[in-house]
Amino acid sequence: MELKEKLLSSFMVFENKVDIDTYVHDVRTDAIKTFEEKGFPSKKEEAWKYTSLNKILKEDYSVFPKQENAIEYRDVKKYFIYDIDSYKIVFIDGKYSSHLSQTTHDGMDVCLMSAALSKPKYRLVIEHYFNKAATKDSLPALNTAFSSEGAYIHIPKNKLVEKPIQIIHFSTGNESATMLQPRNLIVVEENSHVQIIERHQSLTDNSVLTNSVTEIFAKKRAIVDYYKIQNDNSNASLIDNTFLKQKQESVCSVHTFAFGGKLTRNNLNFYQEGQRIDSILKGVTILGNKQHVDHNTLVHHIEPNCESHQDYKGIFGENSTGVFNGKIIVEKEAQKTNAFQSNNNILISDKATINTKPQLEIFADDVKCSHGCTIGQLDESAMFYMRSRGIPEKEAKALLMYAFSNDVMSSVKIPELKQRITKIIANKLGVNLGFDL
Amino acid sequence: MLKINNLHASVEDKSILKGINLEVKPGEVHAIMGPNGSGKSTLASVVAGKEDYEVTKGNIEFNGEDIDELAAEERAHKGVFLSFQYPIEIPGVSVTNFIKTAINESRKAQGLEDMPAKDMLKLIREKADLLEIDRKFLSRSLNEGFSGGEKKRNEIFQMAMLEPKLAILDETDSGLDIDALRIVANGVNKLKSKDNAVVVITHYQRLLDHIVPDFVHVLYNGKIVKSGTKELAHELEEKGYDWIKEEVNA
Repeated sequence: MELKEKLLSSFMVFENKVDIDTYVHDVRTDAIKTFEEKGFPSKKEEAWKYTSLNKILKEDYSVFPKQENAIEYRDVKKYFIYDIDSYKIVFIDGKYSSHLSQTTHDGMDVCLMSAALSKPKYRLVIEHYFNKAATKDSLPALNTAFSSEGAYIHIPKNKLVEKPIQIIHFSTGNESATMLQPRNLIVVEENSHVQIIERHQSLTDNSVLTNSVTEIFAKKRAIVDYYKIQNDNSNASLIDNTFLKQKQESVCSVHTFAFGGKLTRNNLNFYQEGQRIDSILKGVTILGNKQHVDHNTLVHHIEPNCESHQDYKGIFGENSTGVFNGKIIVEKEAQKTNAFQSNNNILISDKATINTKPQLEIFADDVKCSHGCTIGQLDESAMFYMRSRGIPEKEAKALLMYAFSNDVMSSVKIPELKQRITKIIANKLGVNLGFDL
Repeated sequence: MLKINNLHASVEDKSILKGINLEVKPGEVHAIMGPNGSGKSTLASVVAGKEDYEVTKGNIEFNGEDIDELAAEERAHKGVFLSFQYPIEIPGVSVTNFIKTAINESRKAQGLEDMPAKDMLKLIREKADLLEIDRKFLSRSLNEGFSGGEKKRNEIFQMAMLEPKLAILDETDSGLDIDALRIVANGVNKLKSKDNAVVVITHYQRLLDHIVPDFVHVLYNGKIVKSGTKELAHELEEKGYDWIKEEVNA
């Protein structure tokens, strides 16, 4: 059976298992209809021109999470940021793992989506925010239809959340291929500040397809720093749909670190619904083998006097493929917008490919918008310079690539996270450099 | 120390060096002068191991070993240093991190452990002081936005850190004002010993007032056409290169 049919026929069973007597039931029912109508996106759609899902949809995924697979903390510790205190919401094959997690209801909610979707005390928030930022595109709709588990984070007014929140999805796949559909809802009220790290990590070589939706609402003057560390397992595919709605004077940043996987697609959407908003989108992509990563960004400037900054760096080796499609819309009312976008790529193999496409739709006449993309090789004269000082070729290459991604690394505000990512990059480049950036 | 025998080198089939012979012994300072396009920078690059150039004839010996086939980093590990005419900007890598990496890679090649961080810091400070380099400067990205003088001072700072056996200074005086020239020359002189050697490549006499050469060679059209002592440099300063060209072409 094709995956689409399988999903459609599973929906009834799924709905019967969760509470059908809720507001969410109607949302899910609408969503499955949308998915049924639209199906999976194909390369015929402009937004999917360079990314084909065909191959990954052929697998026979099991669409319901199975029993929790026991994992010992010591075996997965390295995937956490552990040198500092943090909240943790951990899932194994889509199921909440209480013994690896540390949630809270003390003055804020850092807990589970399943609780938020079913308990009456969250009803108002759910009715107000759930599925209010996600688009009606087929993949977010599919996630909405099956949404039952994920992270639920609600930070009240005037709160500085001192510990970062880690949302970690482990997949083991047990005996077969697994499809996961985590759903996160994050509401940050006025003047509050939160840092969130989201990580997807396969622990085995079993295939996994994750279709994730995260909705983030940043109210007036809220600050949200979101870091995504994406799966590097070669049998893992990830479709990440993230939607941020920002109110006036809020500052939201999303850093996306894509280090591989079979196929990764990031649909990252920012909507500016107020004045003097800042939106920051940064990414480092390092690929090899036949890996494919597609960054599809949207910044929608709706109101005047706002800014957006996009900076994506990519390093592509072997037969890997990268896509960057950055869309900026500046509405007629959004005067004095400052929108910047840059996408720089290095191809370190003759067989690697990058498709990069800035897409600007500007309807206001008093704005500053700039975009630039570069595709190049490592600078030969810089290589000779470094080698002439005794730095061997491999290390010199690594140092140049580090340096290349430094602009993005320098804005990571959690030092432990920065160190960890630097280490992952070093690992990927197969070197050990004696310093952090 | 350095022995260049009948060296021919070309880039993309264009012959540039056409039979260079040069011997540099420990403790000596050699100056290589010559008009534009005579092959001075090529000679420096070929000795340092730039792969764009192909050695078509002859060889380069360093301390008795043929180094033609060695990679640039291997030559550096043996003690060859090239101060670039145009130092390369490397955004994102600080001066400190760069030199740390260079030193520790050289140590690794010699089977040594990394230099302890404390010793490294001390050494960096000591050498920065020698070149009158501001500490703040050390945390800036390598050569990025540096003035001409800062770039050259940074080259000599790296030389001071790496303590090479043979330092080739390619047009280190270009882009330097008189104060910077004095600082750079002073740095080079302090690093000089009976065990190491310096090859200064320059257009002009003025650097040679500060770094006094034992021998002066004139490179023209890919060959050393005249050698002498420091007086030759004065003569060139006075008379230019035309008389040399005439002598050669006659």
